[in-house]
Amino acid sequence: MPTSPKLSASLDQGGAPSHALGDVAASDSTLRRFLHGLPGVDTVGLEARAASLGTRSIKTTAKAYAIDLAISMVDLTTLEGADTPGKVRALGAKAVHPDPTDRTTPSTAAVCVYPDMVATAKEAVAGSGVKVASVATAFPAGRAALDVKLADVRDAIAAGADEIDMVIDRGAFLAGKYMKVYDEITAVKEACGTSARLKVIFETGELSTYDNIRRASWLGMLAGADFIKTSTGKVAVNATPANTLLMLEAVRDFRAQTGIQIGVKPAGGIRTTKDAVKFLVLVNETAGADWLDNHWFRFGASSLLNDLLMQRQKLATGRYSGPDYVTVD
Amino acid sequence: MASAFEYAPAPESRSVVDIAPSYGLFIDGEFTEAADGKVFKTVSPSTEEVLSEIAQAGEADVDRAVKAARKAFEKWSALPGSERAKYLFRIARIIQERSRELAVLETLDNGKPIKETRDADLPLVAAHFFYYAGWADKLDHAGFGANPRPLGVAGQVIPWNFPLLMLAWKIAPALATGNTVVLKPAETTPLSALFFADICRQAGLPKGVVNIIPGYGDAGAALVEHPDVNKVAFTGSTAVGKAIARQVAGTEKKVTLELGGKGANIVFDDAPIDQAVEGIVTGIFFNQGQVCCAGSRLLVQESVQDELLDSLKRRLSTLRLGDPLDKNTDIGAINSAEQLSRITSLVDQGEAEGAERWSPACELPSSGYWFAPTLFTNVTQAHTIARDEIFGPVLSVLSFRTPDEAVAKANNSQYGLSAGIWTEKGSRILAVASKLRAGVIWANTFNKFDPTSPFGGYKESGFGREGGRHGLEAYLDV
Repeated sequence: MPTSPKLSASLDQGGAPSHALGDVAASDSTLRRFLHGLPGVDTVGLEARAASLGTRSIKTTAKAYAIDLAISMVDLTTLEGADTPGKVRALGAKAVHPDPTDRTTPSTAAVCVYPDMVATAKEAVAGSGVKVASVATAFPAGRAALDVKLADVRDAIAAGADEIDMVIDRGAFLAGKYMKVYDEITAVKEACGTSARLKVIFETGELSTYDNIRRASWLGMLAGADFIKTSTGKVAVNATPANTLLMLEAVRDFRAQTGIQIGVKPAGGIRTTKDAVKFLVLVNETAGADWLDNHWFRFGASSLLNDLLMQRQKLATGRYSGPDYVTVD
Repeated sequence: MASAFEYAPAPESRSVVDIAPSYGLFIDGEFTEAADGKVFKTVSPSTEEVLSEIAQAGEADVDRAVKAARKAFEKWSALPGSERAKYLFRIARIIQERSRELAVLETLDNGKPIKETRDADLPLVAAHFFYYAGWADKLDHAGFGANPRPLGVAGQVIPWNFPLLMLAWKIAPALATGNTVVLKPAETTPLSALFFADICRQAGLPKGVVNIIPGYGDAGAALVEHPDVNKVAFTGSTAVGKAIARQVAGTEKKVTLELGGKGANIVFDDAPIDQAVEGIVTGIFFNQGQVCCAGSRLLVQESVQDELLDSLKRRLSTLRLGDPLDKNTDIGAINSAEQLSRITSLVDQGEAEGAERWSPACELPSSGYWFAPTLFTNVTQAHTIARDEIFGPVLSVLSFRTPDEAVAKANNSQYGLSAGIWTEKGSRILAVASKLRAGVIWANTFNKFDPTSPFGGYKESGFGREGGRHGLEAYLDV
C-alpha cells in the first residue's frame, strides 16, 4: 500500500505583518506588558510534544538527507581557554572538508571561536564559503559593562567575523529589567551593522522556566536578533528538544505576525546523529521546511560532527568504521 | 541532497506476527468450531486484505461458554486472592514480552497506527493486568466491607476501537475479584482477543476461567440474556446499551455500560495555546477519533478563536496519514466500511446544515477505509454534528464568551463522558470542572489514561465505573 506523503501545508504563513509590533518596546512597561501577555507554556505538554516528535523514524534516504543537512548546519566550535592558532587552523580545515576521504561531504556552516581567534579562523576558511562566528559580549557570563561588550564585538568584526554570538545579561532579565536587555541587544545589533549577523544567546538553563524562554525569545527578536540561540554550552542544561521546540514556535509566530524570519540555533549537548536528526524533525514539523537550511538553523556543537561523519560513512559503505576514520581536531 | 526532508517509509515488520488462516472459539481452555459451523472473515481496514477466518459464535456456543465459565467459577473463586494474583501477574508479564507482536497484530486488524498500539494500547493493557493483580489479595481492604464475594459469571461485550485494551479493562478486574468470564470481541477486531486466549493458556490459567467467543450482535444479545450470567459489562454504542438495559431490567444481573460521548474541549483565552493545539489534536484525532471520550466538540473563547484556529489548521497540515504499520503515521484507517459510511453521512449532514467544512490537503490511499482529518466551523448547538457522536476524525468548533456560557454549552448534551479545560488559571480549572457533568475531566491535557483512575459516564454515556478501586465494585457483591 502506498504511504501518502505528509499532508501538504495549505496555509500561507508569509506575507505582510498583520500586527504592528513596532511600539511594544516604547517603554519598560509596554515591553513588560507585551512579554507577560504572551501565551503561557505548559511544561508537561511541551515536553510531551518534543518527546513524541523524537519518535519519528528517520531511515535510509531521509537519514542520508538529514545527515548532510545537519553537517551543513554545524557551527564547528572551539571555545576553550587553551585554544591556540594551530587548533583554530585545524578546525577551519575540518570545517571546509569535514571528511577528507569523501569530497562529497558538505562543508559546515561556520567555525565559532573567541574574538582573538577570528583573524586566524578567517584565514583558515578563506574562499570556502564557511563563515566565521565569534562569541563576543563577554562570553559566557556576559557580566561586563556595555562599553566592554561593544568593544569586544567591534574587535571581532574588525577581524572579519561574519556572525556575532552575544549572550544576554541573565541577571537583568531575571530581575525583570527587560528594557536593559533590549537596549543591550539593539546596541550590539547596531555595532554589527550590515557586516555581521547577530545570534542572541539566552542561556536557557539559567532562565529556568519555559515562560521565561518564550519571553526571552520574543525580546531578542523584537530587539533585532537575526538568530536566537539556546545556550553557551558552558552550563549544566543546554539545548534540549523542548526548549528548541519552544524557540521554533516563537520564530514561527514572529514571522506570522511581522513577516520577518529569524534563525534558531540550539547549542551544547547535541552529540549524536540521532539527536541531530530529532532536532531536524522538530524544525520540519514546527517552524516548517523554510527553516531547513543553514541560513536559518544551526547546531552549536563540536563533537557532533564526527558522529555525523561516521554515520555518513556507514550509510555509504554499509560498515561502521570507528573514530579513527574521522579526524580529531 | 534531495530538495525536501521527506521521511522515507519506516514500516514495522509484520513477520513478528503469525496469523493462522482460521481460528476457533476459545471455550473451556480449547479452541473449537462453532456448533453450527459458521465462520466470518476479518479484514485489515487499511488494505481490505482478509487476515483470517473466524468461527462465529451462535446461541449454542454462548451456552457452552457460560457453562464452562460456571464450572470454572467454583474453583477460581475459591482460590486465595494471592493465587489469582499470580496468574494475573503472569499474564501481565507475557503481554509485555509479546507486546511488539500484539501491537502489530492490533494495527493489522484495527487499522490504527503502530505508534498508538506500541506506545499507548499495549503499555496500558499490561498496566491494567498489573494493577488489578495487585488488588486480588487486598479485596478485604478495598473499602467494600470484609470479605466481599465475586458475582459469578461475567458476560462481557467489547468494541472494536481499542480491542485489547477494552479486553484488559473488562477481564483484569473480573478475574482479580474471583469471577469467571465469557467475552465477546467485536466482529471486525477478534484477533487480539484470540491471541489473548493463547496467552491464558501460556500462563496456565485454569480452563474455563476465560472464554472468548467472537461473533456478531446476536451472540452478544444471547450472552446478555443468558440466565446463568450474573454480571453484564458492555462498552459500545448508546443504542445497543439501551437495548441491553432493557434486556437485563428486572433480572438480578448487575450491569455496567460504557457508551457514547460528545466530549467538550474548552479552551479559555489564557490557555497555553501551543499545548492546547496539541491537546485538541490528541483529543479528536487519536485513534482516528474512534474514541468514546474523544474531545469532539471544541469550545473556544471568542477572543482567541481566530488565532487558535489558524494554529490548529497549520498543525493539521503536518499530520501524516497512511500505512498504519509505518512508524511515522499519525492517522490510520477507519475500522470498517460501515463506520466510514456512517462518518461520511454525518459529515455530509453537517455541510447540508450549513457548517463550514475544512480538511488539510490530503491524499488518501486507494484501497482500505480512509477519512481525512476534518474540522467544522460555524457550528451551533443546534447542528447535528454538535450533538451526535460521529466516532471519526471530525471536530466541531463552537465558541463562547464567558465561563458560564462554556459550562452551559458543554453540559448541553445527551452525553457526559469526558471534557477538557485549557487555562493557565488553576482556580478556573477547579471552578469549571466542578460544574461540568462528565465522568472524566482533563485539565491542560486530553485522552490520558491510567489503570488507577476510574472511567465512566453521566447521562447517556452510561453508568458504572471501570478502572481504579471503583472498577472492583462492579464485580463484587457489596
